[in-house]
Amino acid sequence: MLSRTADNLYWLSRYVERAEYLARILDATQRLSALPLAYVGTGNEWESAVLTAGCASSFFKHYETATEENVTDYLAFSTANPSSIRNCFEMARGNARAVRTALTGEMWDAINGTWLELKRFGNGPSSREETSRFLRWVQESSLRFDGSAYRTMLRNDAYWFSRLGVYMERADNTARILDVKYHLLLPDNERVGGPLDYFQWAAILRSVSALTSYHWVYRESLKPWLVADLLILKEEMPRSLASCYEAIVRNLDAIATYYGRQGPAQRQARGVRTRLQNSKMDGIFQRGLHEFIGEFITENNRLGLAITEQFLQ
Amino acid sequence: MGVAFDEMKGHDGEAIRPAYGELDRWLKEVPPDVLDYRRREAELIFRRIGITFAVYGEADATERLIPFDVIPRIMSADEWRRLEKGLTQRVNALNMFIKDVYGARDILRAGILPEDMVFRNPAFRPEMNGQTVPHDIYVHIAGIDIIRVDADTFYVLEDNARTPSGVSYMLENREIMMRLFPELFSRHRIAPVENYPDELLASLKSVAPLSTSKEPNVVLLTPGVYNSAYYEHSFLADKLGVELVEGRDLFVKDEVVYMRTTQGPQRVDVIYRRVDDDFIDPLAFRPDSILGVPGLMSAYGAGNVTLANAVGTGIADDKAIYSFMPDIVKFYLDEEPLLKNVPTWRCREPEHLSYVLDHLPELVVKEVHGSGGYGMLIGPSASKVAIEQFRAKLKSAPANFIAQPTLALSTSPTCVEAGVAPRHVDLRPFVLTGKKGVRIVPGGLTRVALKEGSLVVNSSQGGGTKDTWVLDK
Repeated sequence: MLSRTADNLYWLSRYVERAEYLARILDATQRLSALPLAYVGTGNEWESAVLTAGCASSFFKHYETATEENVTDYLAFSTANPSSIRNCFEMARGNARAVRTALTGEMWDAINGTWLELKRFGNGPSSREETSRFLRWVQESSLRFDGSAYRTMLRNDAYWFSRLGVYMERADNTARILDVKYHLLLPDNERVGGPLDYFQWAAILRSVSALTSYHWVYRESLKPWLVADLLILKEEMPRSLASCYEAIVRNLDAIATYYGRQGPAQRQARGVRTRLQNSKMDGIFQRGLHEFIGEFITENNRLGLAITEQFLQ
Repeated sequence: MGVAFDEMKGHDGEAIRPAYGELDRWLKEVPPDVLDYRRREAELIFRRIGITFAVYGEADATERLIPFDVIPRIMSADEWRRLEKGLTQRVNALNMFIKDVYGARDILRAGILPEDMVFRNPAFRPEMNGQTVPHDIYVHIAGIDIIRVDADTFYVLEDNARTPSGVSYMLENREIMMRLFPELFSRHRIAPVENYPDELLASLKSVAPLSTSKEPNVVLLTPGVYNSAYYEHSFLADKLGVELVEGRDLFVKDEVVYMRTTQGPQRVDVIYRRVDDDFIDPLAFRPDSILGVPGLMSAYGAGNVTLANAVGTGIADDKAIYSFMPDIVKFYLDEEPLLKNVPTWRCREPEHLSYVLDHLPELVVKEVHGSGGYGMLIGPSASKVAIEQFRAKLKSAPANFIAQPTLALSTSPTCVEAGVAPRHVDLRPFVLTGKKGVRIVPGGLTRVALKEGSLVVNSSQGGGTKDTWVLDK
């Protein structure tokens, strides 16, 4: 398979996944900022949304302060933000068009349909209601694309590279939320169960669509260290770091078997996965949650580079 | 120019011609709004599949649909047989001509063609001198534009021996028609076109370098997503089951071409290239090209890769050379040409030029190297000012132009605002040449000028397309 084709498939999946993630962040932030101040404290939720989206430096080149209006526009519709939802869909469709022959008809329909519908939203929603509808539409579009990939693609290298994109992007996104919000997740006795943080934890879980899962897994009220446990170590939670790495290793192994060759990417992925498997939350807290996340992000970037070097160029 | 010949009703609406009998009956039965509904349905399908093309120079129209007319254009089996013979003859002659131009040059020695028309032609590639290609085939895929003026007369309007496009429309138009009008289909016996990709792949494999011992690796080289025909490139690659590559996916090492894959370099044997000569190798041609593959010409020269079409075939697209095609056919095949040329005045010749200057309002004047309907004058529909402006252009560089009479292209019934009305059409059949000779899928791309009275069928100038039916008997 052409390296460029693999590259396009990989990034196509990443962009769609990223669009969905941005929509979840905006959705969670909208809920949080709708609560009375007494419930959420005085921090600027919109600024925090920009941070978790990973585009703070470019955002503050355009705006002095983060408000609901400018953050929603910047993350969802701005053409100036290379990673806005709109640009993610534009680039996803661009990648799809470049490798149409490697996509199934259903996948093309899903991404091309999304791209055509995107035009209907013009320059962005004008009310909160419309924004909500838009964000729901983004999530549905991503689900539709993901579902059509899952259900219609041949199980060969094209499929594995496209899956790899999904999980690399997910791991990156979950790690970024943890990086920005880690301070809320520390087992600090003073703040445990405090009303201020409760809604923050809920928002974190919501942005990785894990609020319901949390209750099913732990069967108790929200505890910050359990939220951290769920997002980092729980393999059954599809957006946890452990689950993403289980999938990354599985897909890289499938490629290695298919090609009859292992390489640096496979070794790097297995290394990170082993570290996650051998970790316990108390250990992580002892050594420092923030340091742990920081190291993870470095290792994850290293894997991204290894994948590019080994297959995509 | 007189009243055009209508392919359904003949001249002056005599009787319905036999090939159109069923269609005529059907058109009378079917309510007009059904046609309109189907037309809109077709447009939706086209847009969903993403069959689009780009028009250069239009900022917001990076992707546009070519209008599709739902009424088919029909040819009888006899008409097609004649056409097929003529096309086979013409393309055989084209291949022999190009071999000769880059080889022995018998035709120049015989004085049939003026030398400077070859050597000073921008499409002439000195790099090809003495170069041999597998089975002496240069033009693997030709698109020969045919127009019709009466029941018996077909003219060749243009030879496209470079990188003819439009075949995806031939295939997709048929698919859509079968989907929208199963009932109309069942009333006819129509020769299929769907085997075109198989024929193409077989042709391409048959011309692999003679040294290729394994199953040849064929790829399709596209300039990329920004090219106006990108949809067609991806469509064909898909149907052929070959990799769609861009220049950056290929590299040359020790005069062998490889593509970059997820499993390392893989050797390439045949390149169906949709990139023009100028851009194909920055080391040999335009150094600023980023679409090509550095060193490709060295691999080609060493005979390690086949390019389809060969480099330098563009010389046959030249409209001044076109005017010699009847002589070219006679010279190589010693046969009378079966397909006529449109009478052509070569403005490079003084007597021709003075005739052309005296008759501008009734002629069509074209640039010899032009294509796509750009840069031409259609005398009868041009304003006085436009004619005078063109006269100045023509006088300053007469060798760049040829002129032809304004021909009454045949018309075919077409869906328009007011119902069904005749519109002018042409036809581009696609002629494949491989080791085993010429193959033509019955039919081709019919282009239709949708504006009343217009003779310009080019999609870049507002033309549309139709499905082309060749009846089986």
